[in-house]
Amino acid sequence: MKLVKNASLIADGRKASVVENDWTLVDDDAELPEGKAVVVSLARFRAERDKLVGRNAPLGLRLKSNEAPASVADDLDRIALVALEFPIFRDGRGYSHAVQLRQRFGFDGEVRAVGDVLWDQIPHMIRCGIDSFEVGDDFPLAAFDEAATVFTRHYQPDTTGRPTINELRHG
Amino acid sequence: MYRYDEFDQQAVDERVAQFRGQVGRRLKGELTEDQFKPLRLMNGLYLQLHAYMLRVAIPYGTLSPRQMHMLAHIARKYDKGYGHFTTRQNIQYNWPRLVDTPDILADLATVEMHGIQTSGNCIRNVTSDPFAGVAAGEVEDPRPWCEIIRQWSTFHPEFSYLPRKFKIAVTGSEHDRAAIKLHDIGIRVVRNAEGETGFEFWVGGGMGRTPIIAKKIKDFVPKADLLDYATACLRVYNELGRRDNIYKARIKILVHEMGLEKYSALVDAEFARSRGTVKLPDAEIARIQAYFAPPAYEALPATSTGFEAHKFEDKGFRAFVRTNVHAHKVPGYAIVSVSLKAPGIAPGDASADQMDAVADIAERYSLDELRVTHEQNLVLPNVKLDDLYTVWQQLSAAGLASANIGLISDIICCPGLDYCDLANARSISIADELQQRFADLERQYAIGNLKIKMSGCINACGHHHVGHIGILGVDKHGKEFYQLQLGGSGAEDASIGQVTGTGFPPERIVGAVETVIGTYLSLRHGDAETFLDCYRRVGLAPFKAALYEAR
Ligand code: HEM
Ligand code: SF4
Repeated sequence: MKLVKNASLIADGRKASVVENDWTLVDDDAELPEGKAVVVSLARFRAERDKLVGRNAPLGLRLKSNEAPASVADDLDRIALVALEFPIFRDGRGYSHAVQLRQRFGFDGEVRAVGDVLWDQIPHMIRCGIDSFEVGDDFPLAAFDEAATVFTRHYQPDTTGRPTINELRHG
Repeated sequence: MYRYDEFDQQAVDERVAQFRGQVGRRLKGELTEDQFKPLRLMNGLYLQLHAYMLRVAIPYGTLSPRQMHMLAHIARKYDKGYGHFTTRQNIQYNWPRLVDTPDILADLATVEMHGIQTSGNCIRNVTSDPFAGVAAGEVEDPRPWCEIIRQWSTFHPEFSYLPRKFKIAVTGSEHDRAAIKLHDIGIRVVRNAEGETGFEFWVGGGMGRTPIIAKKIKDFVPKADLLDYATACLRVYNELGRRDNIYKARIKILVHEMGLEKYSALVDAEFARSRGTVKLPDAEIARIQAYFAPPAYEALPATSTGFEAHKFEDKGFRAFVRTNVHAHKVPGYAIVSVSLKAPGIAPGDASADQMDAVADIAERYSLDELRVTHEQNLVLPNVKLDDLYTVWQQLSAAGLASANIGLISDIICCPGLDYCDLANARSISIADELQQRFADLERQYAIGNLKIKMSGCINACGHHHVGHIGILGVDKHGKEFYQLQLGGSGAEDASIGQVTGTGFPPERIVGAVETVIGTYLSLRHGDAETFLDCYRRVGLAPFKAALYEAR
């Protein structure tokens, strides 16, 4: 597995790069590693909320595709990363969840796509506010280059803040 | 008609380049078929029984002669010289080769056409009234709103992997020629007491194995809110629609299981939060509406002596006028339906030569416009009464003058077992037999307005649930069987047909239809009572008796 970060891809045209994953995904029954940034499931977060937010290290949350961010809305300012699971690329709930994180809750931490992340879904994911991707070691970085260039303009407003076609048409 | 600006053209061109890359990766084996499938589907490419099938969108059913010529060119160059007009204002090519499909899409892009989102679990090609803009009594031409929806839904980042496909239809008339109540979202353009334009929203309609008529969710959505309200409807569906069972994944099931009230409350809450996000500036509405301004009609008298004389002298022309010519909102003009239901030809099929012919006719006699209908016919929307006779002669020469619109031989029919790998039974051959059995025009007149709709399996691509007479192909112990349904309608008085009982084998289904017709003729209150009215009055029982008790 490798982690590709993409935050500035749209803003300044930089290409995506492979980065070190500073986060440890902790199983529900495993010990929390001292002082380390951890990602936990929603179930564990619910069970151990106070202990988790009281730790002196960044906290991440991994949401299954049927777990809406609205269920943790009040705690989002204590969370630095939300990993959205795509169990199969056809399951598109994560797109709505990413949009909600960004637009409805103003979440400005990292939103990471994990699971069945594929080449052709990346442009949509970026537009919905996902800015990092956990992909296989042999996943071609060319996919991220293409995502940046495949469509120059777009009709819908999105979380990247680029002007829509209507804004370009009418100034 | 709408014309692409630089942005629209760029989007379509970039899509072709993207798809070329995807096909290239597929051919090299870098994409598995499973991974390629949703990508090709979102460009209209299916894998069928014998070959790939390419579905091309004719957004809201409007096209120019130039575009129709291109459809002919594609049929000739990449296919076997014909195309199939479907019930969703698309055209399908049955024999393209995978390697050619990027070129086909590139050719289409030169005339502002594409296969984008004609398949897949996304917002599909938006459909509309084939008489939009020319029908008398319309509130407003719905096509500018369709174009606005087309653009908003194109490559929508959030709604490209919905639980299931999503179909939107828009009409501007009371009389519903777009079957809006059988769509995931149906929209009717309305005007409120203050004279402002807005939209009546219907949600959760659909056919398939669980036919459901849409429910009204809002009486009036203001213009500026159109896309925000639609976004809210879709967002709730994307999150909560079922993904565990493909047959329960359409929005109709969500709305049905959750109840309209609860769904509607969730949509309202989402709408309240996100209202104002998708901006629809007045300048943009005006820009798009300008493209649909009425063409330069001549000031003509409401009647034409030449036309009347030809009607008097020529029986064939008179028959054509009786069924295929409809009132136009502008005096001196008519709307002409071009039937694609000639005997011996699969309903909705047209040859490349016929496409060229009808394009030429539209250029000369219909102010450069053509329409396609969900009943698998074509329309010349702007023909002068003075030109009708010439138009009829030219259509006749092209084999396109079947005078049967709205009659029993104007059958809607899916491709069935001849092409489709999901089919249980043939449908084209049954349609052909029905047309032969009821070939006599006088008999068709005597029967009057009657819509037969037929599907080769429960997916209902042939709209059998909403046929006045619906026929459904089923598989019974490996044999083809046909179920009959009566009393359906896809119009403003939408209803789902009732199954008569046990199905019929291929050699008896046409006879069964004849029995139904005979029963209707014996029961109706005068010639003016249509089959549907009669059925609604007397119910299923007498038909059932005639079909089964005599056995
Ligand atoms: C080989 C090609 C085709 C395949 C594999 C196919 C597949 C399907 C499937 C699986 C459904 C059911 C979807 C659902 O209920 O969720 C469906 C529905 C439908 N299809 Fe097709 N179809 C094909 C060709 C056509 C053609 C040729 C037409 C038009 C003549 C058409 C028009 C429709 C319509 C109108 C529906 C009903 C929509 C609804 O349920 O509301 N399809 N199709
Ligand atoms: S109704 Fe069934 S047989 Fe007919 S085209 Fe649709 S999927 Fe195929």
